[in-house]
Amino acid sequence: MSKTARFGPLAARLGECPELDVDALIDDPGTHVIVCTGSGGVGKTTTSAALALRAAERGRHVVVLTIDPARRLAQSMGIEKLDNVPRPVPGVDGAQGGSLDAMMLDMKRTFDEVVESQANPDKAAAILGNPFYVTLSSSFAGTQEYMAMEKLGQLRQDARKTGRWDLIIVDTPPARSALDFLDAPERLSGFLDGRFIRLLLAPAKGPARLMTAGFGAVTNTMAKIVGAQVLKDLQMFVAAFDTLFGGFRNRAQQTYQLLQTKETAFLVVAAPEADALREAAYFVERLDADDMPLAGLVVNRATSALDGLSAEQALAAAERLQSGRDAATTAGLLRLHADRMRRVARESKMRERFQAAHPHVPTVVVPALSTDVHDLDGLRTVGDLLAG
Amino acid sequence: MSDDSTPTPASHWPRVQLHIVTGKGGTGKSTVAAALALALASKGKHVLLCEVEGRQGIAQLFDVPPLPYEERRIAQGPGDGGDVYALAIDAESAMLEYLALYYRLGNRTGRALDRFGVIDFATTIAPGLRDVLLTGKLYEAVERNSRNKNARVYDAVVLDAPPTGRIAQFLNVNGEFGDLARVGMVKGQTERVMGLLKSRRTAVHLVTVLEDMPVQETVDGISDLRAHGMRVGGVVVNMTRPKSLDDQAREAALSGALPRDAIEADLQKVGIDVTPELVDGLVEEARAHAERRALEDEQRRRIDALDVPTYELQRLADGIDLGGLYELAAELREQGMA
Repeated sequence: MSKTARFGPLAARLGECPELDVDALIDDPGTHVIVCTGSGGVGKTTTSAALALRAAERGRHVVVLTIDPARRLAQSMGIEKLDNVPRPVPGVDGAQGGSLDAMMLDMKRTFDEVVESQANPDKAAAILGNPFYVTLSSSFAGTQEYMAMEKLGQLRQDARKTGRWDLIIVDTPPARSALDFLDAPERLSGFLDGRFIRLLLAPAKGPARLMTAGFGAVTNTMAKIVGAQVLKDLQMFVAAFDTLFGGFRNRAQQTYQLLQTKETAFLVVAAPEADALREAAYFVERLDADDMPLAGLVVNRATSALDGLSAEQALAAAERLQSGRDAATTAGLLRLHADRMRRVARESKMRERFQAAHPHVPTVVVPALSTDVHDLDGLRTVGDLLAG
Repeated sequence: MSDDSTPTPASHWPRVQLHIVTGKGGTGKSTVAAALALALASKGKHVLLCEVEGRQGIAQLFDVPPLPYEERRIAQGPGDGGDVYALAIDAESAMLEYLALYYRLGNRTGRALDRFGVIDFATTIAPGLRDVLLTGKLYEAVERNSRNKNARVYDAVVLDAPPTGRIAQFLNVNGEFGDLARVGMVKGQTERVMGLLKSRRTAVHLVTVLEDMPVQETVDGISDLRAHGMRVGGVVVNMTRPKSLDDQAREAALSGALPRDAIEADLQKVGIDVTPELVDGLVEEARAHAERRALEDEQRRRIDALDVPTYELQRLADGIDLGGLYELAAELREQGMA
């Protein structure tokens, strides 16, 4: 699919959108992987944790992979230590026979472990110490997404082998774009497979020979600009990494295929804001176009307000009260209400627009809480709201 | 919105030429960067607003077509007033421009580099090179002067920067890349860039909302920046809740002690059909609001303890459009940020 074309019904009227039944999703024994995705700051981590806790307390054996939870939430889930190992979450109600493990993704460590498992000790040491590897494993755009996928693949394999879990819930990294999660493996393997790398590896062999004249000029230029040592580091890195390429690509493809099967469900998380819904739309379209299993949309932090008094009425009344004395509190209540009503109107308009363009997407709207979520009780509350 | 009779205080940052605006995702840093650029322009300055993450956030905010790697005017004040130009910097274009400028590489070599995938490779994986190129372009825009024929000269450059978690690393180009390239011509360049970034002509502003995680990131970001010798500018507290209820009323709302009878009487006085549900609803809205405000106050105390200038922008009920941006710009100007 072209990356720029939009994907949708092309002509649509506003209708009722189907409701997302979260409990049906997590209770379905055929659901083995749930991926929560969306742009940064929309509450993905909280949503995935709440979903995981709810599923566990309804009898599933769940492991949740989180990326960057708030400190207090991480503490209450017993995962404040970043050690890449799933641990049981204390305080989960196991009356229905379920269980909950949680872990926080350590991107660099996951990458290191893959290298260590794929290369012999000498080669692994050479790779781990190379400055290019250090950048690739710690700040290459897409590594975090890639490693989240790698970890998901590992957990799924573990789950199949040991039967320890029957549901894996994944929180995705706070990417610039939600699509990065899907594109990262392709991007990384395409990149490691690129022409430049092949040239660095075998400058005088095969079809590359035809290009080597120009290539000499290129490496000379590079050496002039960044220094010869950098080029040498680079060549060493590429040579050492060469043997790992195939393995990397295979694993990425396997995980991608896992994401396309019926045992996976994607939940797109958004806030009722223009930016977040735009990202959600891109993601939904991408899943549709690639035939991937979209379960639905979670609109987090929605404003709610009481019915029966419009923003205009409330503001007019507040103005009239203002002239009298001792009515400051009532006027304040009315202004607060008017502010809420305006937000409600704006948010529902944005949601309607989204629905018109994506009429088939089951949606659940989660009202904003007045307090932060930082313990299991908070997560249970969010879980109740998610279930409608 | 302010009018001309509103007194405008002196800017807290009169000598700053490079304003770097960072913040956690979802805090509105792009909006604040745009509002700051407008606020500076409203004082008659020529301002360049840059973005570096390929999101086309500026184009969306100003509702103009996507920006190319080229300075485009996106806002102009009345009369001989200031203006805002915008530029979306991408590493690939910056690298080609850089090669042409400093190494007099013709188009042919540039094309060859591109053909071999070197540009893509170098800008994605070479440790920190991407950031060197992006900050290098910023440096060029700030240091540009009338010696350059035909070059547009700016009084201030505002950068919609990478998020707080990555900002110190992004700006500390000399560290990561300089260590790698001990020789080579880029080394000298990164030192000049660091000279600007660590000088009094640069300020790094942090945008936050009054919630636990963004504030924590702001606190961490500030100590990170300071550890790297960067100058921390102000903290912009964004999207605060309306202050329609005073302390006393909020306390009453929290403890369930709002005077329901008086509220009912007030409402009746101004002709509203009062039902018990209506009063219940208003009281419940007030309680939720007071609870949220109490959390905000707790976070605000953490920000106050940082001892840096702070600016506060209220959440706009109707969201951000061009009019909203102007409103935020006026607000920042009145609070002395521009």
